[in-house]
Amino acid sequence: MSSLPDSYTHYPKRREGYDHDLYAWSNMHARPPVAWPQGSVAVWLCVSLEWFPILPGGAFTAPGHMVTPYPDYRHYTARDYGNRVGAWRFLEAFAKAGVTASFAANAAIAERYPELIDAVIAGGHEIVAHSTDMNGTIDSTLDPAAERALVAEAMERIERASGVRPTGWLSIARQQSFATLDILEEQGLGYCCDWVNDELPYRFTNGLVNLPLNHELSDRQIITVQQKSADSWAESMRDAFDWLAREAKASGGGRMLPIHLTPYIMGLPYRIGALECLLADLAGREEAWFARGDQIVAAWETKA
Amino acid sequence: MREGASDPGLYDYHPYNTRPKITWPGGKSVAVWVAPNLEYYEIDPPVHPKRKAWPRPHPDVVGYGHRDHSNRVSHWRMAEVMSRHGFPGSVSLSVALCQHHPEVVADAAARGWEFFSHGIYNTRYAYEMTEAQERSIIEDSIRTVRDATGQTIRGWLAPALTHTPRTLDLIAEYGLDYTCDLYHDDQVQEVKVAKGQLASIPYSLEVNDHYGFFVYNMSGREYAETLIRQFERLAAEGERSGTVMCIPLHAYLIGQPHRIGPFEEALRHIAADGRAWIARAGEIVDAWRAQQ
Repeated sequence: MSSLPDSYTHYPKRREGYDHDLYAWSNMHARPPVAWPQGSVAVWLCVSLEWFPILPGGAFTAPGHMVTPYPDYRHYTARDYGNRVGAWRFLEAFAKAGVTASFAANAAIAERYPELIDAVIAGGHEIVAHSTDMNGTIDSTLDPAAERALVAEAMERIERASGVRPTGWLSIARQQSFATLDILEEQGLGYCCDWVNDELPYRFTNGLVNLPLNHELSDRQIITVQQKSADSWAESMRDAFDWLAREAKASGGGRMLPIHLTPYIMGLPYRIGALECLLADLAGREEAWFARGDQIVAAWETKA
Repeated sequence: MREGASDPGLYDYHPYNTRPKITWPGGKSVAVWVAPNLEYYEIDPPVHPKRKAWPRPHPDVVGYGHRDHSNRVSHWRMAEVMSRHGFPGSVSLSVALCQHHPEVVADAAARGWEFFSHGIYNTRYAYEMTEAQERSIIEDSIRTVRDATGQTIRGWLAPALTHTPRTLDLIAEYGLDYTCDLYHDDQVQEVKVAKGQLASIPYSLEVNDHYGFFVYNMSGREYAETLIRQFERLAAEGERSGTVMCIPLHAYLIGQPHRIGPFEEALRHIAADGRAWIARAGEIVDAWRAQQ
């Protein structure tokens, strides 16, 4: 006897287009070309500023959260190292290279570390909303009313603490529910960074824009998950840039290289040099346009 | 297979060093085929008692989005690189892609690629299917690919590598010529089936890009070097009796911007070597079958 119902071989969403209505299909290579204000490859540095409560909570446990039985001093402090030391190394590295970035910050970062947020803003960088703290995770186990309240609380707290209301949103672990896109749109956000299905901005059905932050190119994926060295990570970033620059030249359309950085990962003393060398290399390339997320979305919208 | 027996009885044992010589067209020593998986994963598939489709609650945004990258961006990037160096694809196809994104299937067909079935969706698993259900996915596969491309499928790679004890017998009964689900050899081998004939063509999990990047954690350059080493060894050993090298791919992995450049160099190396018979799966099975 099979334990599969007859419906298992019926496919009600088998139709042209997706099996959902969140966004429409298109082939990136067949779209009208995108032109950036300068260069052909937009290099988007996005830094996550994360505060992990020593008591984990939320819809699911965020990557990087506490591991040992309470009290997990080891991970609480090793993560906070990023906010105390690593992020400052990033700010100096960006200033030295003459580039600006997006900083996806938990509301708790803006409240707890105002000096850091002031320096981010003073450096000409963008604040992207990144939930309340690292317990502020979202998935479809969360009641939509609770999710709406969580997003509203994060936006209100970030605005109150930093003086800035972000136009961009990054969910923790890029995880959403089926309700998230509408909740973000209701909050007046312009874009989110969670969907890794494309390499250029595109618009969801509800009007929100997706600015894809490729998780495969992140320091978390390459260094923490795949256990590669900082030099191997930098080599992959150079290979990616070279490919995208060639593709942009051949197609006549702009491309984008998202570089997702985590202060407690890439901001360590023995890794930061690889980032500084990469930034110096790319800043010297005529194809590169270093831009914040909001600038990339704005440039894309003028052409879209 | 012998259901319930500890040896499933899939094939006979043949020592690698005493086999009849297999020769490939043009005197090449290794048949090289590239197997792009053109897949569709459902965002909210039904529950299966033996396998969870997504690690996170639906929608698993990163898991779904990562795979969707194939159908919006990286299929064309991967396909262009293959075409540039003369490699046709033999496609492991989630046949529902013919409905969801016919543009991707049409692009592969226009490049002269061969299609075989990888089930309806890569989120519908064959475990526990009744014979009627399993026949329905085989018949659906044959009909759907024929309607979309005019091709009659000749091979099978089980959806998400999920099987029943009757799968191989059934696909042979429907006239399919090869399975990609058995990993016991570097040469084409006969599979024991209830009726008719079925060949096992070497696919590969070991040099599958998914294993390279997510099991062995290789960089793009390390994976390219792995392909070259795999090729060099199989090309040398194929002088004795023709070997097969498969390069199984997923565009959302190999077509990422940091991996595609090194991959192109591996294809350039293999194409320039001179010992490779670059072919489609069906051609390799036919050339082997003619020597039995």
